[in-house]
Amino acid sequence: MSVLVDEDTRVVVQGITGGEGKFHTEQMLEYGTNVVAGAVPGRGGQEVAGVPVYDTVQQAAREEDANASVVFVPPAFAADACFEAMDAKGLDLVVAITEGVPTQDMARVYRKLQETDTYLVGPNCPGLITPGVAKLGILPGNIFSSGNVGLVSRSGTLTYQVVDNLTERGLGQSTAIGIGGDPIIGTDFIDALELFENDPDTHAVAMCGEIGGEDEEEAARYIGEHMDTPVAGFIAGRTAPPGKRMGHAGAIVSGSGTGTAESKISALEDNGVPVGDTPEEVADHIEDLL
Amino acid sequence: MRLHEYQAKQVFADAGVPTPASQLAETVDEAVDAAEDIGYPVAIKAQVHVGGRGKAGGIKLVESKEEAREAADAILGMDLKGYHVSKVLVEEAVDFVNELYVGVTMDRGEGKPVAMVSTKGGVNIEEVAEEDPDAIAREHIDPAFGMHPYQARKVVYEAGVDRDVANDVASVLTTLYQLWDDRDGSDVEVNPLMITSDDEVIAADAVMNIDDDALFRQPELAEMSEEAAEGDELEQKADEYGFDYVRLSGNVGIIGNGAGLVMTTLDLVDYYGGEPANFLDVGGGAKADRIANALDMVFSDDNVDSVVFNIFGGITRGDEVAQGINQALEQFDEIPKPVTVRLAGTNAEEGMEILNEDLVTVEYTLEDAVQRAVEYAKEVQA
Repeated sequence: MSVLVDEDTRVVVQGITGGEGKFHTEQMLEYGTNVVAGAVPGRGGQEVAGVPVYDTVQQAAREEDANASVVFVPPAFAADACFEAMDAKGLDLVVAITEGVPTQDMARVYRKLQETDTYLVGPNCPGLITPGVAKLGILPGNIFSSGNVGLVSRSGTLTYQVVDNLTERGLGQSTAIGIGGDPIIGTDFIDALELFENDPDTHAVAMCGEIGGEDEEEAARYIGEHMDTPVAGFIAGRTAPPGKRMGHAGAIVSGSGTGTAESKISALEDNGVPVGDTPEEVADHIEDLL
Repeated sequence: MRLHEYQAKQVFADAGVPTPASQLAETVDEAVDAAEDIGYPVAIKAQVHVGGRGKAGGIKLVESKEEAREAADAILGMDLKGYHVSKVLVEEAVDFVNELYVGVTMDRGEGKPVAMVSTKGGVNIEEVAEEDPDAIAREHIDPAFGMHPYQARKVVYEAGVDRDVANDVASVLTTLYQLWDDRDGSDVEVNPLMITSDDEVIAADAVMNIDDDALFRQPELAEMSEEAAEGDELEQKADEYGFDYVRLSGNVGIIGNGAGLVMTTLDLVDYYGGEPANFLDVGGGAKADRIANALDMVFSDDNVDSVVFNIFGGITRGDEVAQGINQALEQFDEIPKPVTVRLAGTNAEEGMEILNEDLVTVEYTLEDAVQRAVEYAKEVQA
């Protein structure tokens, strides 16, 4: 078992003819993902890496029975691509990899998302992976191993670091979800935690947050009130000065002091979530919790 | 990206928000001429992105030509909390009876814009939000519809604004929302919005922050942002190279890939008793040249005594990184600052073989690499 992605996931890649889209389609196929179609306006009838390309997402979903999409289109067109995927019949998962989507575009996508049953992961995220089964996105498959630890993170490479620490001591993963580092994202910590809570094969969850916003605080309260599955946490950005954007558009401590690492760490600890000082310590906590 | 006050005021004035008469000056003579032209009293205001400009001596109210010269001379060229003042705005001083706050920002938790009005203007609104949150009236806007006229009225009346000026304040708020929406604002605000004894409203300050990710479709603002760019030489160099870079005050230089992992590396430097000198994210898929540029940047920071590379390859390849490090270091007769490298993920083993261990120290875990770099920095200081 796993969340969001399993053997039955059939993927359409939006932007499959671009450099990133093509490269990562090949990587996803190599990992065993069922990439069944690509969608690029004006490119219908072509093939990329043996995958048929359609002009619209709806055609791709209908002809190839796709139920998920991965978005690799440039930032200026990413919101439109998300709308197209949310609108396509049969698709219930959209993974937006694109970095640099304007925030106001995402506010409109987020508004539409509230009216649908679709899960949107991202944007500005590495995607998600159910080890040994399928990956949707750009995560390096070889560092993951299959097991019972769920992982949810706002950062790509930090996810890899924690996974590496877990895998090294034999703690495999059920599903790892990179939710992205933007101010407005689709699937948030609480959505992901809820999925893991309801997955019988996820026995513990590692949650990697960072400075900015209040999602980690809200997630901490959710864990305290609603979760039986144990969670261990990590928060990046303890040393970040206020007012400076630390790479991610969302990673900024406001002038009034909201979004600090201290606030997030204490919210997690108050709700029974042990927080590691180092990624290695997160793996220690997970080992203790299992 | 944040516009300067004079730029934001121009944008606001063009959109129909009442602003005081003002002129930009870059020399003392220009400032004095502007003051004479506008008529006393005038305010002379430093154009830098520093909170609490007034308290720090960056804003002076003057009543005569002599005072104008003295104030302009004091402010132009001054160092205001680390920022060099090269421009002042000379502005008509407004005689007010009340000061309001009016603004629009993105509420990231709700995923919606929020319009805000408060009768506690003229002070730091973030402090008001913390100490007396009820003093700020808020109205969330549905991005699918935009702001309805009633919403502007509602938030103005909820804030307790006088009926005599409520329509004019609502009209300013409506304009600010339109600017926020049309120009990809992140924060658009007036604080204070002054109310005069004859019920005029005038924007005495102007804040306009633009979403960096939307500058590609805001060419006019992108041009203004180049003028507004400030920061030290290294931060400007980082812009040229296209790195996400933040300068800090410590002596351990940090280079990594991915915002979360770089932040984590900073935190670990602190955790192991060192002080981070910078945040530098080379981004995904960095090739050898980019890695060499990153090293050049961190080396050119005089505060840096030791450098740590922490690369976890996904789309970034360890062999490319290793080539970049060798390429950057081989040009030196003597390595200026000790470099510790940790590579993991895609092609990390190939990378480790390529690295010249005469030039760098190789560590295999994040924790070991950071501890080693902190030790080197301490040795230099000792």
